[in-house]
Amino acid sequence: MSELPVLEARELNKAFGPIAVTRNVNMSLMRGERRALIGPNGAGKTTFVNLLSGRLRPTTGNVFLNGIDVSRADEATRSKLGIGRTFQITSLFPALTAHENIFLALAESAGFGMHILRSARSYGSLHDRADELLEKVGLLGAAATSVQQFPYGQQRLIEIAVALALEPKVLLLDEPAAGIPTSERDLILDIVKALPSDIAVLLIDHDMDLVFRFAQRITVLVQGAILVEGSPAEIAADQSVRDVYLGERS
Amino acid sequence: MTRPTDTALPGKGMPAIPASKRWLEAVPWLLALGTYAAAPQYAPLLTQIFVMILFAMSLDLLVGYTGIVTLGHAAQFGTGAYVAGILAARGWITDPTMTAVIAMVAAGCIGLFFGSLMLRTKGLAFLMLSVASGMFLYEIANKATGITGGDDGLQGVVFSPLLGLWEFDFRGTTAFFYSFVMLFLTFIFLRRVVNSPFGWSLRGLRENDLRMSAIGCHNYRRRLTAYTIASTLAGLAGAVQAQCTGFVALNSLSFELSGAVLIMLILGGSGRLYGAMFGVPIYMFAQDYLAKRDPTNWFLWQGIILLILVLFARGGVLSLAERGFHACCRRRPG
Amino acid sequence: MSSTLINILFFGLSYGMILYMTSVGLSITMGLMGFVNLAHGVFAMLGGYATVTLMNSLGVPFFPALLAACIMVTVLGFVLERLLYRRLYGATELDQVLFSMALIFISVAIARIFWGPLAQPIALPKYLHGHIDLIGATIPTYRLFLLVFGSVVAAALWLGFDRTLFGARVRAAVEDHAMAEAVGINTDRLFALTFGLGTGLAALGGGLGAEILAISPGYPLQYIIFFLIVVAVGGLGSIKGPLYASLIIGLADTATKYIMPEAGMIFVFAFVFLLLRWRPQGIVSRRKG
Repeated sequence: MSELPVLEARELNKAFGPIAVTRNVNMSLMRGERRALIGPNGAGKTTFVNLLSGRLRPTTGNVFLNGIDVSRADEATRSKLGIGRTFQITSLFPALTAHENIFLALAESAGFGMHILRSARSYGSLHDRADELLEKVGLLGAAATSVQQFPYGQQRLIEIAVALALEPKVLLLDEPAAGIPTSERDLILDIVKALPSDIAVLLIDHDMDLVFRFAQRITVLVQGAILVEGSPAEIAADQSVRDVYLGERS
Repeated sequence: MTRPTDTALPGKGMPAIPASKRWLEAVPWLLALGTYAAAPQYAPLLTQIFVMILFAMSLDLLVGYTGIVTLGHAAQFGTGAYVAGILAARGWITDPTMTAVIAMVAAGCIGLFFGSLMLRTKGLAFLMLSVASGMFLYEIANKATGITGGDDGLQGVVFSPLLGLWEFDFRGTTAFFYSFVMLFLTFIFLRRVVNSPFGWSLRGLRENDLRMSAIGCHNYRRRLTAYTIASTLAGLAGAVQAQCTGFVALNSLSFELSGAVLIMLILGGSGRLYGAMFGVPIYMFAQDYLAKRDPTNWFLWQGIILLILVLFARGGVLSLAERGFHACCRRRPG
Repeated sequence: MSSTLINILFFGLSYGMILYMTSVGLSITMGLMGFVNLAHGVFAMLGGYATVTLMNSLGVPFFPALLAACIMVTVLGFVLERLLYRRLYGATELDQVLFSMALIFISVAIARIFWGPLAQPIALPKYLHGHIDLIGATIPTYRLFLLVFGSVVAAALWLGFDRTLFGARVRAAVEDHAMAEAVGINTDRLFALTFGLGTGLAALGGGLGAEILAISPGYPLQYIIFFLIVVAVGGLGSIKGPLYASLIIGLADTATKYIMPEAGMIFVFAFVFLLLRWRPQGIVSRRKG
């Protein structure tokens, strides 16, 4: 019996005015899958992630989450249904502490956001969970520091913790290692690799080393369309992929 | 797994008031009562200050916590004042608590209505609509002279005794205690609100609304809720004003009032509820002192104070005091 | 009936032209720098005062006075941008609002100190005094002149914005700051120049429209809602949007005053609320989402 994909993009198209940024993209993510999305600059990777997360609506085509069509649902609804994401440029609540950042995500996904009269401090289990997540990314010691005071690399880790707080079925990581010194990338990779095995992860990155060590399958996006999809070995051997990347370098 | 204790984790408690300094919270309230005890002839002035603090506090929920900068908060204040005033002036309902409740509901509805029209816009468009919301009601009140008294305001409004016991007297004793209690209740309520998950989420919206929607918050609805709560409380402030003075001025809907209350809030410091308690009296005393001699003077000073606040003293008086306090603490040995 | 219609048309459109000239600068600077400058009306007021003072005290004729006022305010705008405004480009919206409110208060005080609390009458030149008969209606020459002059300014702006290198740079910077910098546009200088130009236009509107929007110390507060409406309805960073918006608002306001004076601004506000509910970004918007 074939399993239903957790997240599926079917014939997805997005155009800004006359410019087609995403063309006929089909993609299925299975439960627990580790997938990487690569492609040269301007290939439309972030746009594609935005289409999946609900920040953008597709021009035509559909997005299915566990078989349910969520193409018309907004980002908040999709988040509640199980799509978590990080952003290419870190997106956190700068003046709030690391703990508060994660607590907010926990409270929203638990549906407590409209609790108006009960003290936020009284939600003990959420606070415990927030600390757990911070521990997971190794930042529990700095829970009470406002996130704007963290170095960039640690902010990225907090953002992953925020996304995990939503207990997503799918996690979209938009260049989690961007702007991080090479020495610290392994830490990110370790954390990403240690993610719960039932979460499907779609990772975008430019760092081929990172991508090949992480992914089970790799999708290559070029000019908004899928060029090829396959296992890391297949992608590494693919001539068309080499052409694209060599072409970019020259 | 070792978990830091609560005291080591101020992130869990919003306001950075350590437990040992909790008594500080009682100071402004005791100060207000003390001033009255020492000089009861100032009761009307103190009442006026309480009303404005209540009004400014409701604005703080929007400006300081949610990051909604509005220049039309008087729309709701005036609605509350006129609803309470008209009910009593026509002799329909003269009971203070009843009229206050109805005024709050009315102001809340007005807030919900305007909020739903405004809160999908941002920046300049939102500012413009907020100004327009106030002016819209101002125009209506100005033209509907038969009901509102128009430019002359609604005069000689008489309310029945508070809870059937205390009459609103000439010395303003009842008004003083009434407004004091209303302010205190509002403060307690707002403190609960800003410390709830809802209140935290408002600060999330202020900090980064894109992130809020990515974690599953329907930002528009959340903002609209905040706007409606703030509107309801502004309506209460308006109603208390009408009840304590027996008069509703057309000015209570004006753009000038919306601007003034924003300045009062900023002067004290926004996003901390206490800001209003300091900003309002400072503003009102300064206005009294400076405008008495020459209104031109007052405009000039208001401009200069604002300029200084923006360029050099962000966070208002409270923030300055806090910085001074910390500097002192650090200098102390030990 | 038809003469009423023509009257509404001419009075409304000429009024709209004044709104356009005073507000278009705000739209561009708002779109370019994202600065919420509530004090834009200050520059229109100063333009009006400068024109009136040059004419009344120094006997300068109308047009030279207007030109001189325009230049003076442009320089003032340029200087203020360099000294004060630029410090707040990255600041929060709240800080920008408070800062521009501060400028309004200070300028109101200054205007009261120098010119007193009353409105300044403007003595238009003789040839703008009379009336012209036009398709069955009598139109004041002044109104017709405003209409023509405003159209010329709008056309010039459109050409400048659409066809010159400077205009192309401004458009590029409105659409994408970082990109504009990357291709070598000096956005810093562009901001200052555009700001100066915008304030100069406001001064022109202030001086020309002194007969319609009376020059008094309350000017920047009294008419603030009109400038904001024009920009918000028109759309940020656009030349055409504010023109449409100004003409619509001018016509709507004039028509209400003719037909239902007791309604005041109520219909205009209702219209604006509905329009922005439908199009939150305004009629024309150049800025990316």
